[in-house]
Amino acid sequence: MKVLLKGGRVVDPANGRDGAFDLLIDGALVAKVAKNIAPESGVKVVDIPSGLVVCPGLIDMHVHLREPGQEHKETVATGTASAVAGGFTAVACMPNTSPVNDNAGVTSYILKKAAEANLARVYPIGAVSRGQKGEQLADIAELREAGCVALTDDGRPVATALLMRRALEYAGMFDMPVIEHCEEQTLKGDGVAHEGFHAATLGLRGIPGEAESIMALRDIALAELTRGLVHIAHMSARQTLDAVRYGKGRGVRVTCEVTPHHFVLTDEMLGAPVPYDTNTKMNPPLREQADRDEMLKGLADGSVDAIATDHAPHRADEKHVEFDRAPFGITGLETCVSLCFDRLVHAGVLPLSRLIELLSVNPARILRVKGGSLAEGAPADISILAPDLAVTVSAAAMKSKSKNTPFDGWKLRGGVAATIVGGRTVYRNDAAGALEL
Amino acid sequence: MKKDLLSIADLTRDEIYSILDAADAMREIGERPIKKVPTLRGKTVVNLFYEPSTRTRTSFEIAEKRLSADTLNIAVAASSVLKGETLADTAMNIEAMQPDMIVLRHASSGACHLLSRICRSRIINAGDGMHEHPTQALLDAYTIRQHKKRFEGLKVVIVGDLMHSRVLRSNVQLLTKLGADVWLSGPPTLVPTAAERLGVTVCTSVDEAVVDADVIMMLRIQQERMQGAFFPSLREYFHVFGMTAERVKRAKSDVIIMHPGPMNRGVEIASEVADGPYSVILEQVANGVAVRMAVLYLLAGEVEVD
Repeated sequence: MKVLLKGGRVVDPANGRDGAFDLLIDGALVAKVAKNIAPESGVKVVDIPSGLVVCPGLIDMHVHLREPGQEHKETVATGTASAVAGGFTAVACMPNTSPVNDNAGVTSYILKKAAEANLARVYPIGAVSRGQKGEQLADIAELREAGCVALTDDGRPVATALLMRRALEYAGMFDMPVIEHCEEQTLKGDGVAHEGFHAATLGLRGIPGEAESIMALRDIALAELTRGLVHIAHMSARQTLDAVRYGKGRGVRVTCEVTPHHFVLTDEMLGAPVPYDTNTKMNPPLREQADRDEMLKGLADGSVDAIATDHAPHRADEKHVEFDRAPFGITGLETCVSLCFDRLVHAGVLPLSRLIELLSVNPARILRVKGGSLAEGAPADISILAPDLAVTVSAAAMKSKSKNTPFDGWKLRGGVAATIVGGRTVYRNDAAGALEL
Repeated sequence: MKKDLLSIADLTRDEIYSILDAADAMREIGERPIKKVPTLRGKTVVNLFYEPSTRTRTSFEIAEKRLSADTLNIAVAASSVLKGETLADTAMNIEAMQPDMIVLRHASSGACHLLSRICRSRIINAGDGMHEHPTQALLDAYTIRQHKKRFEGLKVVIVGDLMHSRVLRSNVQLLTKLGADVWLSGPPTLVPTAAERLGVTVCTSVDEAVVDADVIMMLRIQQERMQGAFFPSLREYFHVFGMTAERVKRAKSDVIIMHPGPMNRGVEIASEVADGPYSVILEQVANGVAVRMAVLYLLAGEVEVD
C-alpha cells in the first residue's frame, strides 16, 4: 500500500533536505521525497498541516526496557509503547536486565518480545562482560549474531582498563561500539548527588564531575590505543565534554550522548521545589549550571553526537523512599521531544535540523543501524513532530509502566504528532491535529 | 511557625527568638519540685528513632513528659529496616493511629521531609543523616545566649568533621541568621563543598581560627572516618585539630567550649578542656530539655489552631 504524506516540513539532514516536500511511502519503505508529488490512483493521501515536521524516525540509543526480570518497572511492550508515544521509531536497550543480556538467549528473548509488541524497533545492546561482572568478556560474536548492535556494562563502567582494552579490540573486529558508563567507582563512592553546594547543604553524599571525566579519559586513551569505537553514555560533567573534545581532536573514534535532563535541569532541583525529590536522583547526577550550560554548548557546536534519554523506569514505591535509598534514574522517552523543542530549538540553542541529527541521524550512525535518513529505499521509519504543540507533561497519562519523571506538570512547547515504523502508523496524537494516518 | 520543624531554614529570626524565650519559661518548670505542666495533655507524641541515640531521645522524652504528653518510643534497628517495611509505610501506619507529633531520628538526609509529605502530624527533626539537627542548634543558641546575651558579632568557631555533621549544618544556618561571625575549621578532607557560600569563614588552621573566639564548638570525630582516609590517625587528628588548653588560650578569656556529644576525649577534645572551666557541655544537655519543651509547646499550639 502506498501512502503519500502531503505537505509539512520535511527535515532530513542526511539528504540535505529542509523544506516543504511530499513523501511517498510504499509498503515499509520510503519510495520518494519530492516537491508536489502528484497522487497516483490507489495512493492514500494524508495531508500534513504546514506547521508539522516530517523527519527520519527518532532513535533513542539509551533505554532500559527492564525485561527480562524487572517487568514490574517496564516491559518491552510498555517500553516500546512509551517510545512511539515519544516519537521514537527505535530504541536501543541496555543489558542490565535480570538475567543480564550477556548471551544470545536473552537477546533473542528481547527481540521476540519486541516482535510481539510490534511497535518501535528494538536494538539490544549486549554486555561487555559476562554477568556485567567486569571479569571475563561476554560471548560477543554470539551476541552480535543474535542481534546486539553494541556492547556496554551500563549501570557501571567496564571494571578495569585491561578489560576495556580487550573489549575495544575484540568488538573492533565487528565494528561494534563499546558504550561506556563513565564512573570512577572509588571517587563515586556512595555518592547520591552531584558534589556541589546543594548536595553539601542538604547533607547528601557527593559525586564529583571528575568521577566521570577520569573514566572518559581512560577510555578515550584506550580507544586511541586500540582504534576501537567508544561511545560515552549520558555525559553530565563539563570536564567529560572537554575529554571528548580532546579525543576527537586527536582523531580518536569517540562519540558521546547527553540526556535531556542533563541539559535542562541542575542540582538546584535537589532542594526545590520539592526537597529530596527522588525523581531528581539519577546516575550520573544532575550537575551544576556550568555543566548544564556546557552541555548546551556541546549540543550546538557539534561536539555532542546524540541525545539519548537513559529512560530508567522504576515503580512508584521503589522511588517513595529516603533519597539515599532510592534507585537512580527517571523515565525519559515521553518527555524528550518536548524538552528538546522547548529548551533547544525554541530557545535558539540549535536549529531543528541539528536536533534531528542528534536524535536520529547520529544514533543510527553510531549504532550502525538503518535509519536516520529519508532516502528513497530507506525504511519508512518516520516521526511527525509538532513543534508548536502546547504540551502539559502528565506522568499519569504516560504509556510507560513507570511514572518517575521530574517533569510532571511542566508546560512545554513542542510535541509528537505521529510515529510511523516500517510504513505503519504505530502512534497518533490527536491533540496535534487529526492526521488521517 | 510552619507545620513541621524539619530545618532551621523553616524558622524566621523572630521564631527562633520566640523558641529561645519560651525555653526560658520551660527551664523554670524543670527547676520546680514537681516538674510537670498539663500543656500537652491529651496529645500523643511518637519518638521514632531509626538510629541509636541516648541524649536526644531521652531529652525529647523528658520534655514530652514534663508537658504531660502521651509519649511512645519506637526504636527501629537499622538491620530490620533493610528487610522490613519502608519508612513511608511505617509512617502511614503510625499516622493511622493519629498521633499529634512525630519526632524522627533517621540515618538518611531528608527522611523528615519524606515523612512531612506523608503525615498530617507535626514532624520534628531529631537528626536526619548529615542534613540537620535543628533542636541541637536551638539548644546551642540558647546556651550561647545564656552566656553571651547576644549573637550579633560573636565569633563562633566550629571545629571537627564538618562534612558529615548535621549539627554543623543546623548551627551554621541558625548562627548566621542571628548575625554571628561563624568560622569553620577541620581537615580539608572534611570541609563541605562550597562551604563559603554559607556565609562562613573556612580556616584549616585551628590555631588561627580560634584567635579571639567567643565560642568554640567541637564536633565529634567518628573513628570510621579513618577508613575513608579522611585523615591518617586519631593521634594525628588530635595533634592538628584537637582542642587543647593551649589552643583555648588563644581565644577570648571568657570563651565557652561546647560539644553536642558524645565526646571522644583525646580525639577532638582534651579531657582538661572538656571538664575545664570554659566547658558548658553539661549545660547544653540541661538546656536541651527546656528547648525541646519549647519547640513541642509552640508546634502543639499550631495544632490547636488547625
